[in-house]
Amino acid sequence: MTVDVGLVLVAHSAPMAQGTADLARQMAPDVVIRCAAGDEDGGLGTSLDRVQDALADALGAVDGVVVLADLGSAVLVVEAAFELDPALARRARLVSAPFVEGAVAAAVTAQQGAAREAVAESAEAAVHSIGPSPVLELVESSADDSPAPAGTHASGETVQAPGAPASGAADEATATAQIRNRLGLHARPAALLARSVADLGVPVTVDGADASSVLALMSLGTVAGQRVTVAARGTDAAGAVDVVVGMIEGGFGEE
Amino acid sequence: MRRSAADMHAARDELTELDRRIGDGDHGVNMDRGFAAVADRLDDDGVPPRETVAQVLRLVATTLMSTVGGASGPLYGTAFLHAARVTNRPDLDGAGVVALVEAAAEGITSRGRAAPGDKTMVDAWAPAVEAAEHAADGGDAVEVLRAAAAAAADGAEATVPMIATKGRASYLGPRSAGTEDPGARSTAMLLAAAVAAAGAD
Repeated sequence: MTVDVGLVLVAHSAPMAQGTADLARQMAPDVVIRCAAGDEDGGLGTSLDRVQDALADALGAVDGVVVLADLGSAVLVVEAAFELDPALARRARLVSAPFVEGAVAAAVTAQQGAAREAVAESAEAAVHSIGPSPVLELVESSADDSPAPAGTHASGETVQAPGAPASGAADEATATAQIRNRLGLHARPAALLARSVADLGVPVTVDGADASSVLALMSLGTVAGQRVTVAARGTDAAGAVDVVVGMIEGGFGEE
Repeated sequence: MRRSAADMHAARDELTELDRRIGDGDHGVNMDRGFAAVADRLDDDGVPPRETVAQVLRLVATTLMSTVGGASGPLYGTAFLHAARVTNRPDLDGAGVVALVEAAAEGITSRGRAAPGDKTMVDAWAPAVEAAEHAADGGDAVEVLRAAAAAAADGAEATVPMIATKGRASYLGPRSAGTEDPGARSTAMLLAAAVAAAGAD
């Protein structure tokens, strides 16, 4: 397994881009990451020359790159660079993704030896890790009715949940499902599953991970044929579990 | 282009002020720097001679892309790049000017994906194209340019009450109303510089 895909981070602030690269490298030590940030003089802004240099440098080391950009004009500069050099553009893919979360997700996927499109998908799926998501129940006992603060939580972390849901019975349901996808729950199926779970409005876990979080699902590192435990708690928990099991066993439309 | 450089230098503070109110404050500095670099490269004996309009426009395009920060660099750069594709001759007649303005506007909209009413430079370019197309019926190059420049100026002024839905100004929402869009203003200025230069021939 070789790491063939690198990242180019294009941003208005050099310290910000560098910090983001550092974060990404923590989880992806073998991924080539180059920054093109700041204007010609190193102040806030973007520079076509820096972008062209970063792209050329990265593509000298790897086959393909995924490019992240922070604010609008960074996108324009990258697109201008692509227009000026179509041969280079064919080896690069600009994504529309949250800068920090997308860079980290992309780096994690690239570290696993994924192809450029899979890396791009995981960057773009990272937006789902930011939205408000149902919190999970850590505590075994459901006897505790005291309210606890709800809210968003960072992907990949499990947190305390409020006690019994405000309305309806606190059903619990579990089932197992077998992963069909050749690459396990990789970026594309994880994104589809996370989106559906978010719509269900009931906390669902897959092997304990928050199933509404793309990063949490991907971090499970599931493989084809693996059996996972799907659990839900809340109104119509059994229905939610059925939906998720159906999606997993359906293979998400992949061969 | 040299006239543009002079005008951008003169307008630097004005554009900075507009961009300070509804942007990140660097438009004046950026345009001044970009066109100063254009003027320098035009004067550079080491650069191959320019025999066609396209060669000049392409030089402007790459210079601006490399020296103008923010969205304006890639936007104006693409405008001049696309305009260069349709002006491969030593000089332009009325139809040639129309083609130039149309291609420049197409470059702006294909790169920036803004539409009229978003409060961007498109609000100067779109009227400029329309005016140029009308003036080309019987108008020579100078008349077409003049019509385009006048329409761009009107279009820029019309951005004052608009609420920005694109670019850095869009973060301000309703607070972006009441100030002219700096990119539309600089567009109007560039076209006015072209008129002045053409009239001076």
